[in-house]
Amino acid sequence: MKLTKLLASAALVAGLATTAMAEKTKVGFVYVGPVGDGGWTYEHDQGRKAVVAEFGDDVETVYVENVPEGPDAERVMTQMALEGADLIFTTSFGYMDQTINVAKKFPKVKFEHATGYKTADNVSVYSARFYEGRAVQGHIAGKMTESNIIGYIASFPIPEVIRGINSAYIHAKKVNPDVEFKIIWAYTWFDPAKEADAAKALIEQGADVILQHTDSTAPQAAAQAAGNVVTFGQASDMSEYAPFPRVSSIIDDWAPYYIARTKAVMDGTWSTANTWDGIGAGMVGIGEISDRVPADVKAEAMAMVESLASGDYHAFTGPLKKQDGSDWLAEGETADDGTLAGMNFYVEGIVGDVPN
Amino acid sequence: MIHLEKRPQPSRAWALMTPVIAVIVTMIAGGLLFAALGKNPIEAIRTIFYDPLFGEFSFYYRPQLLVKGGPLILIAIGLSLGFRAGIWNIGAEGQYIVGAICGAAAGLAFYPMESIVIFPLMIFFGALGGLIWAMIPALLKVKFGTNEILVSLMLVYVAEQLLASMSLGLLKNPEGFGFPGSRNFQSYDSAHNAELITGTGMHWGVVAAFIAVIFSYILLNKHILGYNIRLTGEAPRAARFGGVNPTRLVLFCMGASGALAGLAGLFEVAGPAGQVSIDFNVGYGFTAIIVAFLGRLHPVGILLAGLLMALTYIGGDIAQSSLSLPSAAIQVFQGMLLFFLLALDVLTNFRIRFATKGAA
Repeated sequence: MKLTKLLASAALVAGLATTAMAEKTKVGFVYVGPVGDGGWTYEHDQGRKAVVAEFGDDVETVYVENVPEGPDAERVMTQMALEGADLIFTTSFGYMDQTINVAKKFPKVKFEHATGYKTADNVSVYSARFYEGRAVQGHIAGKMTESNIIGYIASFPIPEVIRGINSAYIHAKKVNPDVEFKIIWAYTWFDPAKEADAAKALIEQGADVILQHTDSTAPQAAAQAAGNVVTFGQASDMSEYAPFPRVSSIIDDWAPYYIARTKAVMDGTWSTANTWDGIGAGMVGIGEISDRVPADVKAEAMAMVESLASGDYHAFTGPLKKQDGSDWLAEGETADDGTLAGMNFYVEGIVGDVPN
Repeated sequence: MIHLEKRPQPSRAWALMTPVIAVIVTMIAGGLLFAALGKNPIEAIRTIFYDPLFGEFSFYYRPQLLVKGGPLILIAIGLSLGFRAGIWNIGAEGQYIVGAICGAAAGLAFYPMESIVIFPLMIFFGALGGLIWAMIPALLKVKFGTNEILVSLMLVYVAEQLLASMSLGLLKNPEGFGFPGSRNFQSYDSAHNAELITGTGMHWGVVAAFIAVIFSYILLNKHILGYNIRLTGEAPRAARFGGVNPTRLVLFCMGASGALAGLAGLFEVAGPAGQVSIDFNVGYGFTAIIVAFLGRLHPVGILLAGLLMALTYIGGDIAQSSLSLPSAAIQVFQGMLLFFLLALDVLTNFRIRFATKGAA
């Protein structure tokens, strides 16, 4: 209790001090990887830079990179709050309980936790419907593969990742009934060496398309070395590997959201929200589809992007069965957000088990 | 010309001085590094070393030093026993993980029962888990003569896989919406390793670390076993003639370091970390090796070295956010510390001679 009080009063003092000084809004970012990862953390940092570009001298941003998911994250968040941050973005799923803990101690500071599900009066959660991008990816992958084996480097068996696998599989299968997915669980978001090993193993098993849910460009490099393997940029455009092996990408665009939330704090209109935006809102972008993709496939993919964006088409539309053969979605039925948010099963046709 | 001349005996004075000099040289070299990155070196060094201790928010950071330093000290004390006798347990990280898993499993088995016996049981199983994991390389060494460095290190990766499997399967929170990770001990009173006095950072793990320092000091200085450990490290042949049983020594040193690492894991998982999760381990087991050497394998030295290491972590994070220093620069800075310490070790064993040209 005493510490809570002490922290709160310190925050108050710090808060008063900053408001008195220049009315600058201070925004903190906690990153799980290095800002130079070229993927997940890189895009969050692009969002931070967009906030700086938008508000200029009215904001001050701070960030700490490579923060392990545990007590260190809690300390870094507390440190930012003590130093007068008004708004703190915690950009990894594993920061969830820490964000809630720190938010309790600093009721005046607003927190935004990426990809989690726990909210509070001063904690919002936000995530992107990456699975919409996966649908487009699956379509292109299904058309591009000649060996009919698509490799998938998965990170952790959490719903977000499983959704991506399912979405890509459904749409690859739709255009290529013979397609088969080989999935390797890397148990990391960012580890170039492990990711490269996984990519090589998949290529050796005959995969000529590699999809990744990890953040480094190592799989791109491995595919480039192999010569005839197609890849997609993950989280970031990874355009340095275009036009081949990288033929397209899923881009996380956090900038509009970060700007909007910072603005809300400045205006005093911030309130708890649970945001899950997709291609339509611009949170998920599809990187340019390179000329190595046949023109008709490209046109189909672009049409799918359009219909996903407008909401005419949902990436999970029935008829769909679960892996065990039981019915999931009836003809024309679309998945509800609750099921998607907690997805822990494969759809019919995927070989292997969700690690358990 | 400069010559290195071997000292007949390692210099006690230099052995005590080198860690201090290493810290100072690291500050200078680190300052140059920070200056090259366009930051004010004095401000950077002040942010890392001074602010957490005496800055505006030191009331928060000082307790954090104990939270961060506690597990480092606890593990390093265990490692130092073996290192003194030339027994190299490099796999404390794995023992830390397995201790955490076993201790957490013992606690979760009782959920949601509240009872005062649960936490002591968890402590017991935490130590046991670490002990068993360390016994694998120990027994392989005494039975088959395998190299404990390789086996204990490889078992770290096995432990990491085990941790992932536990977080996703057996110990997964049934109310966690399918997300990996166990229940949070912070909301399970009987099993929570909470702060003993709010705001001090003192939890049972820190207390255990202090107790380990005292016991290790007594063991090494007053007990025949400690004498045997030191003797084996300094003069293996003499130890053999003196009747020291190498098998028992290996089992004791590996077992003690494993049990302490397991304890550190348990206290961390039940306290600051709060849950078994895939990324639970953050390298304490490896950093503790640095701490053990930085502390000259001496209990009091390790205590200070653990706190110093914790300081560079906490100060490093502050420097990142307040000075926008990249985390890589902080890591280089920490690496320098070990580098200079080992480099300056030359002075403990050698004397520098400046020979005159005429004589040569």
